[in-house]
This record gives sequence, structure tokens and C-alpha cells, in this order.
Amino acid sequence: MSEPALIPAKPPFWNNPQTRAIAFQIIALTATVVFGWYIFDNAQSNLRRLGIASGFGFLDSSSGFDIVQTLIPYSSSSSYGQVFWVALLNTLLVSALGIVLATLIGFLVGIARLSKNWLISRLALAYIETFRNIPLLLQIFFWYFAVLRAMPAPRQSLHLGEAIYLNIRGLYVPHPYLQAGFSWVLVALVLAVVLAWRIARWAHRRQQATGQQFPIFSVTLALLIGLPLLTFWLAGSPLVWEYPQLQGFNFRGGWVVIPEMASLLLALSIYTATFIAEIVRSGIQAVSHGQTEAAFSLGLNSGQTLRLVVLPQALRVIIPPLTNQYLNLTKNSSLAAAIGYPDLVSSFAGTVLNQTGQAIECIAITMAVYLTISLLISLLMNWYNRRALLVER
Amino acid sequence: MTQPHIPHPDLPPPANAVGAIGWLRRHLFSSPANIALTALALYLLYALLPPVLNWAFFDATWRGDSREACSGQGGACWIFIRTHFAQFMYGFYPEAQRWRVDMLVLLLIFGVAPLFIRTVPAKLKRRLGLGLLIAFPIFAFVLMRGGILGLAAVETSSWGGLLLTLVIAGVGMTGALPLGVLLALGRRSTMPTIQALCVTFIELWRGVPLITVLFMSSVMLPLFLPAGLNFDKLLRALIGVTLFQAAYMAEVVRGGLQAIPKGQLEAAAALGLGYWKSMGLIVLPQALKLVIPGIVNTFIALFKDTSLVLIIGLFDLMNIVHNATTNPAWLGFSTEGYVFAAAVYWLFCFGMSRYSRNLEKRLHTGHQR
Amino acid sequence: MKSWKPLAAVTILSLSAISVAHAGTTLEAIKKNGFIKCGISDGLPGFSFADEKGNYSGIDVDVCRAIAAALFGDATKLKYTPLTAKERLTALQSGEIDVLSRNTTWTSSRDSAQGLNFAGVTYYDGQGFLVNKKLGVNSAKKLDGATVCVQAGTTTELNLSDYFRASKMKFTPITYDKSDESAKSLEAGRCDVLTSDQSQLYAQRIKLAKPDEYVVLPEVISKEPLGPVVRHGDDDWFDLVKWTLYVMVNAEELGVNSKNVEEMKKSTNPDVKRLLGVEGDKGKDFGLANDWMATVIKQVGNYGEIFDRNVGKGSPLKIERGLNALWNQGGLQYAPPVR
Repeated sequence: MSEPALIPAKPPFWNNPQTRAIAFQIIALTATVVFGWYIFDNAQSNLRRLGIASGFGFLDSSSGFDIVQTLIPYSSSSSYGQVFWVALLNTLLVSALGIVLATLIGFLVGIARLSKNWLISRLALAYIETFRNIPLLLQIFFWYFAVLRAMPAPRQSLHLGEAIYLNIRGLYVPHPYLQAGFSWVLVALVLAVVLAWRIARWAHRRQQATGQQFPIFSVTLALLIGLPLLTFWLAGSPLVWEYPQLQGFNFRGGWVVIPEMASLLLALSIYTATFIAEIVRSGIQAVSHGQTEAAFSLGLNSGQTLRLVVLPQALRVIIPPLTNQYLNLTKNSSLAAAIGYPDLVSSFAGTVLNQTGQAIECIAITMAVYLTISLLISLLMNWYNRRALLVER
Repeated sequence: MTQPHIPHPDLPPPANAVGAIGWLRRHLFSSPANIALTALALYLLYALLPPVLNWAFFDATWRGDSREACSGQGGACWIFIRTHFAQFMYGFYPEAQRWRVDMLVLLLIFGVAPLFIRTVPAKLKRRLGLGLLIAFPIFAFVLMRGGILGLAAVETSSWGGLLLTLVIAGVGMTGALPLGVLLALGRRSTMPTIQALCVTFIELWRGVPLITVLFMSSVMLPLFLPAGLNFDKLLRALIGVTLFQAAYMAEVVRGGLQAIPKGQLEAAAALGLGYWKSMGLIVLPQALKLVIPGIVNTFIALFKDTSLVLIIGLFDLMNIVHNATTNPAWLGFSTEGYVFAAAVYWLFCFGMSRYSRNLEKRLHTGHQR
Repeated sequence: MKSWKPLAAVTILSLSAISVAHAGTTLEAIKKNGFIKCGISDGLPGFSFADEKGNYSGIDVDVCRAIAAALFGDATKLKYTPLTAKERLTALQSGEIDVLSRNTTWTSSRDSAQGLNFAGVTYYDGQGFLVNKKLGVNSAKKLDGATVCVQAGTTTELNLSDYFRASKMKFTPITYDKSDESAKSLEAGRCDVLTSDQSQLYAQRIKLAKPDEYVVLPEVISKEPLGPVVRHGDDDWFDLVKWTLYVMVNAEELGVNSKNVEEMKKSTNPDVKRLLGVEGDKGKDFGLANDWMATVIKQVGNYGEIFDRNVGKGSPLKIERGLNALWNQGGLQYAPPVR
């Protein structure tokens, strides 16, 4: 008698996980493609029906309007394409300055938060809890409409000597103009950097070989400052300062920080710094106390301990979320539109869009720029992460 | 005879190492550098606190009902807030219909309160929670929008103030969490297509500023829809905010999913649980618990981001306050307006972060190493 | 966890006030909806302005009311959408609104490349400058080096650049999305000059804390014909909007106003008879009730009434008729005959 085989019945094919997975993916993909095509088709037919121009040809036609702050040459006869570059540079400028400021404040407050001094750490905490929980847009408005609006009129400017003026139109500082011989100073600076680097390498090798130390810091600093300064003097001070002067309605000449930028910068850096402070605090706390103790027992002083032991390890924890905050700051700079700072969203996705009526193109370009920035930073991050990965033995 | 050694009873610690003095010495004056820091902090407090307190309380005008009452005082003019208070809360919601909103708020408070009381049985809580999540929004929408059962219709365009802020935040939160979970599961999926789609979606939304998303939803979305099909402006903003925050939520939840050891999933599979069951019953409860701080942070970010609808012309708390400061009859009270709005936002956000810390402690069941 | 999925669906569905009109012409869609989606400004006294209770008034609002009266016989069948200058054209192109009545300047590029149609001119305007008297400036030619506040994304912004370039003067533009913010900035001293269409300058001025300290300079640097706009390719709708305007101008010319419209129906003047639908079938041509023109006049008024009540003598703005007087009184308002 042969017993019936104990092989279980084969499940029907639709119960096979693999078949299901494939079917599911095909459905998802088809749905996405159909959806995308549907959107595209709708847009196409809508544009045709409404007779709206499309394509990127508009970028070459002249814009016809002026912009308050331009880092590159621009006038109302420049093209819309030029507006894009002006706006992008304005975005990058405020983001870059914001990143530097936010990092400075953030590290300061983050370290203050860990201070053994009770008052200092409480103050840092109060700062963090206050500014972190208030919307950024509100902070921008506050600085712009409440604080900077209280500045005096141009004729009653607050001033520092005859050089720096502060009024409701902005902060005016002297503008340096480089003269013919200034290129020599630049050459000297490059030379100094190269030399300093060589000296540092040599000192490091010597210390490895003989244990003798060399005052790298003071020597390189002297080199970096002294050499260009000497050249500057030898070349006959090839630099002319243009001072701001009250002419007619406004100050002319000099560099001006417009209040739109100042309030955006203030709000962005104060707001982002609260997050950076928390990141710094948790990063430093993540380094085990044993590390510090071990460093002390090796005879390192507290400065060396922080620089050589704690920070390198803390940075590994700090950098990834820090980059994220930098990215957030850059994206948040788009709130400029609310107070009329001519950034990418305000000038390009706003004014150009309005003058040309080509909404899809303008928004697409703007989004593409932000996407590119964030992808670039992500790539950089991944590269850093791979480098900083803990090498375990 | 040797006497047994009786140790001398411990001397009390020096008077300057315990008590208030000891605390002060340890925390404020332990070293010269520390003393300097304390002095600096005290100076900062001295420079900041008195002017702020004077402005906000001691020199402020509280009574009266016209801007004339405020002249002469150096401090804040809180009358501005008082006369505009109803507008800040309800926006342009018709005065005669505001009882509807009040009723909903009361209902919400009475519905939510039992969830926070520990003695209420879990079963009741679950039912209540489900009711709040499913029945309440429908009921609230019908009541607020009106137009049926003899209720006067109130267009969404006249919803405003804190009411609108809460509507956007509430819908955004209840929408973003489940969507975020689904996206996170998709990103961790073994199916390459699903994974790629989810990654693209998440990175795309995370890569652009919310303001461009809102702008797109506000003016461009109709170009992508067939002619004649149109959505309410508020709904479009809601979709924009929800999808945007869902992408951030997905990344938070993914962090939690990655922290759950594979063994859990394998154990679930060994018990014969399918994908959805093992995720829903085993993995997600643990993962979500791990990332509560992250989730609440995303909620807080969402709450703050609701203020961006100002850009597309919705009158949320932020916009209505901003608008009131341009009222010709009440010019010059921007600071009061912004401080008030800031205080409201701050209360909500700070409350949420405190609650999350509380929750984290309560749910901490000791699995973490 | 299961509760989340239905929840998401339900929340979104419950909040959706989706109004699906079938794809067709704008006019069909409007008739189906039972109201007109009218885009107006975000707050400009005399043109479109909401009081504390949210009731709108102004010339631009009245134009919308007239169209509603023409189409539905009821001037209240409207849904207003306040729009910033930046949003307005996209909102119209995308179908979010049916008609844009928001002091929008008629230009060639808007008429062609942007897919729009201007139905006529409700207000002949020109760009001017508003300055503080303390500045001591009495002509725009003396504005060299000034800081100028201007609304972003308007023709004003373009004219401003042209004017200063042509006059070889320098200026610093400060652009805002909302006209309120520009006015506030002028008041705070962020800018020396506010530039906009003159009508808007008058409107902005009464919103300032001390209107008497500000003066509108005499120069008019551009032509700004303002009027309602519709989308390209919807001829029936375009005709209706266009003729609603003409009806109001013709009514003023013929002396018909909202108060005497019933009386005038007994008039022997054939032009009046045609206008009020006593004679002929001017309603059928448009697919409307025969007395639709009379309804417009009765519920909203003739052009002169609208002008006076909102921006003219009967309003705080007190703007002269000037170019906006009828053609036979030295102005430019001229309507084709109803025939």
C-alpha cells in the first residue's frame, strides 16, 4: 500500500508572494505612468485651449523691471535669464551668510547649554525654547515690520564716524575699490597659503620623527597676515575706499545691506541656530565621558581634549543633522517673498512668472534649482559619511 | 584591654559646600571663568528683562477700547489685541454663526480629555479615539461649512484666524502620519519599483520649499486638471501641506523601522503572520514608539508651517494678525500683534514638545539598551 | 494601525468641497454652478474693499455684480476671490475664477501671449507718484536717486523702470506683493515715493494715518486702461461681460439710472426702449431674459452712478471724472449702440 504523498497542495499562483509582488509593482508603475501622462496631457490641452505661450524662449526676452539688490550687472534691459541668475545669487548669498551666522550662534548656544554655570545654561535653554517654537515667518515679520521699521530716516541716521551709517534704508558701509597693483597682494596671499601649508607639513613630519614641537599656529598666522600686508604696502596701498554720502533722498556710494536682507538674515540665523544648538549639545553629550577622562589622564589639557578628542568624535554625530539644517535654512530663505527680498521665489517664481504668465516653466525651474541644491548637499553628505565612518579594528 | 575602635562620627560638610550657598558655589562661582560668565549672564538679564517686562506689563495699557486710550504710555497697547481678538480667533466667520465653532471646540475638549486620564478604561479610549478621528472631522466639516439642515452656508474662504490654523494643522497631522507610514514602508519595501517610487516621492517633496508647493497648489494645480474641474482653495492648500509633511514623516518613521531588529520580523513570519499583520502588530508599534520625538517634532514643524498659507492669501492666524496691523485705524501696533501671535504659536508648540517628552517617558518599557 | 487608512480617506473626502463642473464653456459651467467666480483685489478702497463684516464694495465689485445681474437676474450670485497682483492672471488662466475684475491694465502681451481677453475699460487710469509733502518735491522729474515702493508683478513696475531710464534718473525699487505693504512702507519712510495707478494712489492715501501729509505728483507717466478680463476662446462669456459694461455706459448716456429705470420703460425714445427690453428681443441674442439690461441698471446702476458712489463725489476718494466722463462730455467712455 503506498501512502498518499505528504506534499501539500501547491498554492494557487495568485497566492504566490512572488507573483503578487510582480503584479503589484506592475500595477503601481502603470498607475504612476498613467497619472503622469494624464497630468501632462491636461496641461497640454489646457495651455492650448487658453492660448498661453509655453517653452523657455521667454528667458531671452528683456525683463523691463529693476531689482533692488543685484550681485552681477543687471538693468531693466537685461533678459529674464539674467533675472534668474540675479535671483539665484541673492538666494545663495542670504543662505551662505545665514549658514555662517547660524553656525556661530548655534555652536555658542549649544556649548553654553552644557556649561556648568547654571545661569548660562538656563539662558541658553530659554533662548532655544523661545525661538524654536515661533514660526519663522512670524520672526521675519517681527524683525522687518516691528524692529527695522523703527530705524531713523536717512537724514537722522545713526552713524559711526563718517563711514558707517544705519537708517531705515539699510546699513551703509564703505566700499573698497581695488586699484591696479592689488593683484600683487593676491599673489602674495596665495604664496603665503602655499608656504604655510608646506611649513605645517614639515613641522608635522618633524614632530613624528623627533618629537620636537614647532609653533605652527603663530608662524603660519604671521605669514598669512604679514606677507600680503607687506606687499600691500610695497605696492603703494592700491585700495580706495568709497564712503557712503547723503545725496538728495538717499545715501549713495558704499555697500548697503538692505533691511529686507538684514531681517531675513537675522530671523533665519536666530531660528536655525536653536536647532543647531540642540544638535551640538546632543553631539557633545554622545561622546562618552570616559574619553574625556582618558584624555586628561594622558596629560592633555582641556583645550586639547576638546580639539583632539571630543570634537572629532562629536562632529561625526553632529555633521549629518547639521547639513540637514543648512538645507532647511536654504529652503526657508524662500520666505523672502513675504518681505520683498529679491530671491529666487520672489523675483523669478513671482515677478517673472507674473510678467510672462508662464507659470509652469517658472515654477519648474525654481523647484529644479532647490532640488539640485538639496541633491548636491545630500551627495556631499554621503561622501562625508563614508569618510567619517568609524573605522573599527 | 583594647578598646574597640569607635570611629568619630562624621563631621557635617563645611557650611559653604551644602545648602543654598554650596549650590551657588558649585553652579555659579566655581572658578574665575565661571564667575565672569555669571556676571555676563546677570548683565544680560539686567539689560533684557526690565525693558521687556515694563513694555509688556507695567507700562502697558490694558483698559479702554480706542487707540486714544493708548497714547502717552510707553508700553504695549493690549487694547489692539482685545478689540481684534474675535477676528484673530474666528477670522471672517460670521458673528452669528460662531456658536458652531465654539460648540466644536467644547466637543473636542470633552472628547480628548478622557484620553489623557489614566483611569478611563482602554476600550472606551479606543472607541473615543476612533470617533474623534473618523466621525469628528466629518461632523466638524458639515457643521462649519453649513449649507444643509437649515444651517447657513459659510464658505471656506471666510474661515480664518486661529480656527483656520487649527483646521490646517489638524488635517495635516491626521493626514501626514498615515501617509508617512505608508511611504516609509514603501521605501523599506523589497519590491524595487515600489521602493523607487517612494524614494522619488519623498526626495522630491523634501527637496523643495513648502512655499513653492503651496504656490503650485494655489495657482497651478487647475492647469493640471481637466477643464472645469476645480477644488476649493483651502482644500488645495491642505493637500499641499499634508503631502509635504508626509514626506518628512516618512523619513522619521523610516528611522524607527530601521531600528527594529530583523529578528522581530522573522519571529512574526514564523508565527504565520502576513506582511500587513506583522507590520501592523509587531514592527510598527515598536518603531513608532521609538520615534515619538521625531513625530512630534514633525507635528510642531507642521504647526509652524501653517503660517505659510499667508503667501497664498488664506487668512490664518498669522495673516489675520498681519492684516490687522495694516488697519488704518490701528497703525503702529505691529509689535503687539506679532507678540500676541508669537505667544499663541509658542503655547501650542511648547505644549506639544512637553507632552511628547511626557509620553516618551510613559511608554518607555525598558527595551532600549 | 488599521484605523489610519479609512481615516485618511474620510478626512480628505469630508473636507473636499469639490465642485465638479462638466468640461464645457465657461458660460455653461457658470450656469450649472449657479454663481460667478469673480477675482477681485485684496483690499483697495473704491475698487474692491471688504468692510469688517466681509461685505465687498467698489467699482470692480460692481462690475461683477452687474454681470451676475445680467446672467442670473440677481446681483448676489457671486463668489469673490481676493487675489494679489501676482496671483491674479494665473488664477484666471487656470480657471480658478471666471472673470478677473481687479484694476488690471490692458496690454498687448496680456491679450495675446497670456491667453486673455479684455472686455473693455471700466476706468481710464495712468501711473503717478505719491510722496510725502515734507520731501519738498513737486515734480516727478526731481525724483533722481529716490527709493520707490511698487507692487510686484504689475505693469507699474515696468513703466517705472522705463520712465526713470528715459529721464536718465536713478532709483531703487522696493517691491511688495500687497499694496497695503507698499503704503505702510511709504509711511514708515522705507521709501520716498509710492508709485501706482493714480486711482490707487488716491485710494491708498485715504488709508494712511495722516493723508493730508501726502500729495500725488502731477505727472502721469503711462496709459493704464483698467477693465475686466476673461479667458481666451470663450466667446459667449466674453460677449456677455463686454456688453454688461456697454449697457451701463449706454444707460448713463441715455439718462437711465437705477432709480428711474421703471419710469423710463414708458419712454418714447427707441434707444431707451431697446435698452430696457421694451422693444426688440435683445435678450434672446444673448440667451438671456429680455429685460436683462434693465435688471443690470436696476440692481447695480449705470456707469456714472457706480463711479460716483465708489470713487467719485459720493465717496471719500473724491476723484474727478476726467478721462472717465462720457464721450459727449469730454471723456473717453464710449459704448457701441444697442441695436
